[in-house]
Amino acid sequence: MSVILVFLLVIAGFAGWWLSHQRLMAKPWLEQGVIGDTIGLEGSTLPTAKIGLGVFLAVVGCLFALFTSAYFMRMALSDWQALPLPRVLWFNTSVLVLSSIALQCASVAARRGQIDTVRLGLATAGLTALAFLIGQLVAWRDLTADGYLLTANPANSFFYLITGMHGLHILGGLVGLSRTAAGAWNGARPARLRLSVELCAMYWHFLLFVWLAIFALLAGWAASFIEICRQLLT
Amino acid sequence: MVDTTPADAIPPAEVAEMELYHPHSWWTKYVFSQDAKVIAIQYSATATAIGMVALVLSWMMRLQLGFPGTFDFITPEAYYQFITMHGMIMVIYLLTALFLGGFGNYLIPLMVGARDMVFPYVNMLSYWIYLLAVLVLVSSFFAPGGPTGAGWTLYPPQAIMTGTPGGQDWGIMLMLVSLILFIIGFTMGGLNYVVTVLQARTRGMTLMRLPLTVWGIFTATVMALLAFPALFVACVMMLFDRALGTSFFMPAIVEMGEQLQHGGGSPILFQHLFWFFGHPEVYIVALPAFGIVSDLISTHARKNIFGYRMMVWAIVGIGALSFVVWAHHMYVSGMHPYFGFFFATTTLVIAVPTAIKVYNWVLTLWRGDIHLTIPMLFALAFIVTFVNGGLTGLFLGNVVVDVPLSDTMFVVAHFHMVMGVAPILVIFGAIYHWYPKVTGRMLNEAMGQFHFWVTFLGAYLIFFPMHYIGLMGVPRRYNELTDMTVMTESAHNLNAFISIMAFLVGFAQVVFLFNLIWSIRHGREAGGNPWRATTLEWQTPETPPAHGNFGKELPIVYRWAYDYSVPGAKEDFIPQNVPGSFGSSREPA
Repeated sequence: MSVILVFLLVIAGFAGWWLSHQRLMAKPWLEQGVIGDTIGLEGSTLPTAKIGLGVFLAVVGCLFALFTSAYFMRMALSDWQALPLPRVLWFNTSVLVLSSIALQCASVAARRGQIDTVRLGLATAGLTALAFLIGQLVAWRDLTADGYLLTANPANSFFYLITGMHGLHILGGLVGLSRTAAGAWNGARPARLRLSVELCAMYWHFLLFVWLAIFALLAGWAASFIEICRQLLT
Repeated sequence: MVDTTPADAIPPAEVAEMELYHPHSWWTKYVFSQDAKVIAIQYSATATAIGMVALVLSWMMRLQLGFPGTFDFITPEAYYQFITMHGMIMVIYLLTALFLGGFGNYLIPLMVGARDMVFPYVNMLSYWIYLLAVLVLVSSFFAPGGPTGAGWTLYPPQAIMTGTPGGQDWGIMLMLVSLILFIIGFTMGGLNYVVTVLQARTRGMTLMRLPLTVWGIFTATVMALLAFPALFVACVMMLFDRALGTSFFMPAIVEMGEQLQHGGGSPILFQHLFWFFGHPEVYIVALPAFGIVSDLISTHARKNIFGYRMMVWAIVGIGALSFVVWAHHMYVSGMHPYFGFFFATTTLVIAVPTAIKVYNWVLTLWRGDIHLTIPMLFALAFIVTFVNGGLTGLFLGNVVVDVPLSDTMFVVAHFHMVMGVAPILVIFGAIYHWYPKVTGRMLNEAMGQFHFWVTFLGAYLIFFPMHYIGLMGVPRRYNELTDMTVMTESAHNLNAFISIMAFLVGFAQVVFLFNLIWSIRHGREAGGNPWRATTLEWQTPETPPAHGNFGKELPIVYRWAYDYSVPGAKEDFIPQNVPGSFGSSREPA
């Protein structure tokens, strides 16, 4: 459970930092009048949707941290046999990186009002994300073909489970992305379009980060890293 | 006295208006509504309905325990199904949904001075997914093999094996799917509650001016957002084990002489995941109760809450601490002694912020102008009950005491007092308190008195003897207690007594439900602010509040939520949106 505790520690640190800016030492019974003029006391200046997405990503992060925790705990048992990662994952990773870059470009273009670039970026991101999903399915097929079935070993089970869960999140992202794209083609208001492109980019970067972490986990690097940390500590 | 801004100088329209979705038809107004108030009522009604099912299930259990062998239809399997569904419904589908989905939806936008939740559409989806989760849960009663009988903790491996009701039938699958749906739906709602508190507070409503109700619900929601994923992970993995034959939790097992295909899994892993959710869950239910009860006490004692800052810090502190105590539910699962020591320590440390809260409630009452209204009666009953339940928690938090008591009725009595009866008392108090705002009419006083006294005294008559028979060694989870040495004559009599009391208390809830329905039409007209309270929900132009809550202009907040009996003021309360200082003499002590 140490992974999830570390994750929560990060969240708690962030929450603590935020709370420390909220005048928690104030004595509200002595203060009258409007005191919200100080920036930040009446909510952030960031768009509400971004805050909402941020909170949601924290929840998603928590979910994957818990899967990771479970992974490490199960891994410690004797029947664990690591499986060889299919090569196609490297390709998938680069495609997902591309997808993220495309959305970043789209988001920059949206800020500058270049609608054509925005459309190009959105289309590229959508197609590459689809390619990623197909690539993941290919990885599953390869593993199955090589006899690494879901139930054969917990390492296999975790592989399918975690990649599947990540794929579902990408799929959900694609729904959002297609709505954004529909807006980009049907002439949504620039401010609105910009916000939704930025939200997509945020979500994509986060899922890319999650994927890299998962990749490291499934490849066994995360375990070696933690082993090194443990040795340093003891 | 700090009066930071001249009151008249602030133009009210500075707060950004929200884009509200305006309903066009009966369907979008009352059924697929995006108005948080309607969603709140939908949540509450659904939770109450499913809660009644759980109440009936508890009657069934008490029939069996009080009068063993009398009722043929309560087979051992049925008994375990009743236990499981009763626990699961009460903890998750009733308490969590009612506090966060019900009170959260109704009170957050009104109390922070917002027109609605920030993502109304997602909020609506949240309710419908919750309803779907409830329907899936209910459907398991009609599925082949009936609902799961694995106990509300659903411990593997037994949860998905043949001997457990629903283990190899549909029961456990439907249970897991229902929980997964609930978590998805809750996450949608939870995002709304958190972001609304963060972003939609009206002008002048700083965090330190929020009513404690909002603090409680806010912190509980943050906790729930971080804790429910653990249950989600556990459910998904168990679903894989059950449906696809993986071995996340399932060790190698021989069942009925046959080797199962599972092997090597760790049931303890499930317990860690489950209790990583399960313990914060206790406080997810308790923190809103803490918050609400603070407001009830302050309002009905006509006195400002004592130690507001401490109350806020304690809420946040309890929320943080509750994530590092989960393994105290696993003392009997076997663990390294140092772990036990660590978790016992963190468990006992939580008593500190909790005790601060109790002291502050009592000190708020001290020399207050106490009105023994029904909400106040329930609030007072809560304090007593929570202290009683909390004290036995100190027993059970210690490893050496917990180990012998863990499988006895003592534990049942403890958690029913602390997370069953106590929060339910607050829910009742809150309903009596806010019903006039929701419907415009007061609940009937006489029926309310009857409901309170029967519920309060009855709950004690149920659970006090239960502590006692627990200490005698009467085990929990057993459906038949006839032939055991610990079951003396007096233990049997006590059990029968408890059962009769349980029926009585249950009957009082029927009276309460009748009151809820009857008073919509026949209750006394309440007016906008019957309790003469300060918080914003009582200052709406219409009662019940209309769509958009506050008419044309959002209120501006000039003071904290607890300006009761301010010396020099004309009335004994000053609403949060009334400007100016009243020559108060409240200087720092």
